[in-house]
Amino acid sequence: MLDEAIFRDTSQGSSGSDRSSGDRMRHRQKIREAIKKKLPEIFADESIIGKEKGKIIKVPIRGIKEYRFIYGSNGPGTGQGQEDGDTKPGDVIGKKDGKGQGKGDKAGDQSGVDYYETDVTLEELEEILFEELELPDLEKKALRVMFAERDSRHKGYRHVGIQARLSKKRTAIEHIKRKTASGFTEFAKKFPESVNNEEYRDLKIRYADYPDILNQIESWYLPDREHPDRWVLRFVFSEKDTRFNHMRPDIVVESNAVVMCIMDTSGSMDEMKKYIARVFFYLLHRFITTKYRMVDVIFIAHHTEARVVTEEEFFHKGESGGTFISSGYEKALEVIADLYNPELWNIYAFHCSDGDNFESDNSKAILLAKKICEVANLFGYGEIKPAGGGSHESSMINIFSGALKGFNNYHACKIYKSEDIWPVFKEFMTHDRNKGE
Amino acid sequence: MDYDISELKRWDELIREKADEFGFSCYPQDFEICDHNQMLGYMAYSGMPSHYPHWSYGKSYEKIKTLYDYGVSGLPYEMVINASPALAYLMRDNSLLLQILTMAHVYGHNDFFKNNIGFSRTRPELTINMFKIHAQRIESYIEDPSIGIDRVENMIDAAHSVSLQCNRNVLLRAETRKEQKERLIDAARPVNDPFQRIHARPDYKEPDFHKIPLEPEENLLLFIRDYNPRLEEWQKDILTIVHEQTQYFIPQIETKIMNEGWACYWHREILNAIQVPQNLHIEFLVRHNQVVRPHPWNEGFNPYHLGLKVWDYIKRRWDDPTPKEIEKYGKPEKSGREKMFEVREADRDVSFLRRFLTEELIRELRAFQFEEKGDEIVVTHVADEDDWRIIKDTMILNIGMGSVPVIKIEDADGLKNRTLILKHYHEGRDLDRENVEKTLCYTQTLWGHAVQLETLINSGKKVYSVNENGKFS
Repeated sequence: MLDEAIFRDTSQGSSGSDRSSGDRMRHRQKIREAIKKKLPEIFADESIIGKEKGKIIKVPIRGIKEYRFIYGSNGPGTGQGQEDGDTKPGDVIGKKDGKGQGKGDKAGDQSGVDYYETDVTLEELEEILFEELELPDLEKKALRVMFAERDSRHKGYRHVGIQARLSKKRTAIEHIKRKTASGFTEFAKKFPESVNNEEYRDLKIRYADYPDILNQIESWYLPDREHPDRWVLRFVFSEKDTRFNHMRPDIVVESNAVVMCIMDTSGSMDEMKKYIARVFFYLLHRFITTKYRMVDVIFIAHHTEARVVTEEEFFHKGESGGTFISSGYEKALEVIADLYNPELWNIYAFHCSDGDNFESDNSKAILLAKKICEVANLFGYGEIKPAGGGSHESSMINIFSGALKGFNNYHACKIYKSEDIWPVFKEFMTHDRNKGE
Repeated sequence: MDYDISELKRWDELIREKADEFGFSCYPQDFEICDHNQMLGYMAYSGMPSHYPHWSYGKSYEKIKTLYDYGVSGLPYEMVINASPALAYLMRDNSLLLQILTMAHVYGHNDFFKNNIGFSRTRPELTINMFKIHAQRIESYIEDPSIGIDRVENMIDAAHSVSLQCNRNVLLRAETRKEQKERLIDAARPVNDPFQRIHARPDYKEPDFHKIPLEPEENLLLFIRDYNPRLEEWQKDILTIVHEQTQYFIPQIETKIMNEGWACYWHREILNAIQVPQNLHIEFLVRHNQVVRPHPWNEGFNPYHLGLKVWDYIKRRWDDPTPKEIEKYGKPEKSGREKMFEVREADRDVSFLRRFLTEELIRELRAFQFEEKGDEIVVTHVADEDDWRIIKDTMILNIGMGSVPVIKIEDADGLKNRTLILKHYHEGRDLDRENVEKTLCYTQTLWGHAVQLETLINSGKKVYSVNENGKFS
């Protein structure tokens, strides 16, 4: 006879143990790395622009694969036919890489690419994306940081405080605690909830020899406000119960920076170009608002005239007309002169255009660009030239690069397609630091 | 659970009685009752109570859990590991019938583990401990501040990628270098020739004893461990651990069909013999059929289904042969059961199918063969008189370790700059290009010098290589 089996029940009380948690965490870290590599592609996708916060994005990322020597797909496989199926040679039974198709009993049947769809929020994406970047050259200005009392933080509870910060929940909890500790709850079980004057007196007489109980009766039976001749059991709130939220002003280090987003919205900026410019500025805007609090962002849209617009307008409205690049710069300089003293503020100006400027405007544009270079920490110029746009179009990059040679805070990049946006963006954001080294 | 352990024990006794009657010989059996979370955990770690950590197990856990949560796949009823005492898990949420079925099934595996010759070298009494000690050693490297998790992980990544490039026949002891040498000397000696005088003296070719390895070597991990002097002790240890664990699992890879078929055959026999009550019996039929039903073609053969079919065939042919079979094979000398026990001892999947997968069975299975043609997957052969052999050969080629390409080390000092020369023993199937690239890069990190792989692609010779800097070409 076989030995008697041993039964062990390990399912009880082991709920806390989760043996694979460490390995799962390592796996997730690897997935995060994979997302990071894929991010530029995601951000080049228009659909996320202007999405509200907390929006969840599905990111298809390739699973972290484990590689081995395996057979490719040239060998035959075998499988089993259906009950009713009359399989004949020559029958097409599936598509290669068709969805949901495995490969039957065939060497290398685990070679299928597994894609994970990971849900991440926009915020998470941005956090990963901007991890390594920062606004260049923030150290330049004398007052480069200021202490701003912007936020207050919860730091626990106090016995005293202003009425506005009374924590009702905490107070109630304290009240219940005190009520239970004092014996009131027990007392209320034994004594009637409400008594009239006579009963009240009787009670007092009955317990006259028990000073403890008498004391309780006297302190917990209170005159009933609705019925003047009655007494009710009540355990009143006292000052001992009250708890107040304790707030601490949170001093945050802020930088005094302003970012100027200048976008060409003229007629020559077709859908594709506008889209690229918008993605670029969207990235810039998100980057700044994610990494820095209290950085001012100014949106300027220009064709032949320039105006300061709202974020909404900037990202969603199209315009047309000719192009005077100088108008955008003029506006920017105007805003700087009015609001942002270059002595105190770090100024970053970015301009996206297709470089198709009216020739008559060029000299003025150069002049103003120089002025911007003088006041700004960084003047970035991104020229959008989608493939097939033709090289016959005039380009400001060439003109600028000659004229602004002396300024090492001028930086220009060409953007040919949406995939270039992220590299260009990165280049802008690391521009000055590299130069400094 | 609407039953308690004492009830399981009662059923266990009935099952053991029958198993004994049928002629089982088992290791002592331990059943552990666990919840579904624990089960998911065991599944991710091949059932082992302790196992070294690696992110790939986290990945496999997530995958199993996702499939389970979305109801794509259920949890297996049974999970048993080859150890002594054999350890099996019973999920507490399962119905009583499922537990009985599982227990009977587990005894089938237990018997198979103990008696199949392929498992004779697995040292089951040490299994649990071996995995535990491996885990402790690897954890100690992770905690060692001079090593750390990243380096350990990289090492395991690389070791896993070539772990199956090893000795497939675990019954054969690897020859030592000395033994190899002696054999080569013997082989090089001139054969005795009775007409020595009239024959020209054959050329004597001296074997090259400086060559490393003397003969093509299968065990990549061990070879690299022994011949890469730059590896640190902990790195060598990781290679050893991964190799040992792979060797432990190879017999299971090589007997999947037989083993599952055996367990299914016997759980059916046992449950029929112990006469479960009527209401449980119907559930039994449902569950049994779920387990042994054929899979659609794109999932490959269901080893439970295929295995059971073949075992049933063996039983019938030896107990109740048709006149045609007697004519063909002679009168059986053994009873069906005797034959089955003999086969369960001596065979593995390849020989099992080679010997007993007959034309009739292939036809019954509706097996067919397909190939990729362009974008489409096209049926090339069906089980008819002419083609069933072709299908059978393809099936056998793809089971067990047959799905792992044979790649051996030819030379450890290739190109006279210590390039590791690997050769793929090509038999009709090309390697997957992407995997070659990544795996060769892993091999290069283990070897330290350049690595080269010789193979055939579309019948043309092709050499892939990775240089010292990890660059693939």
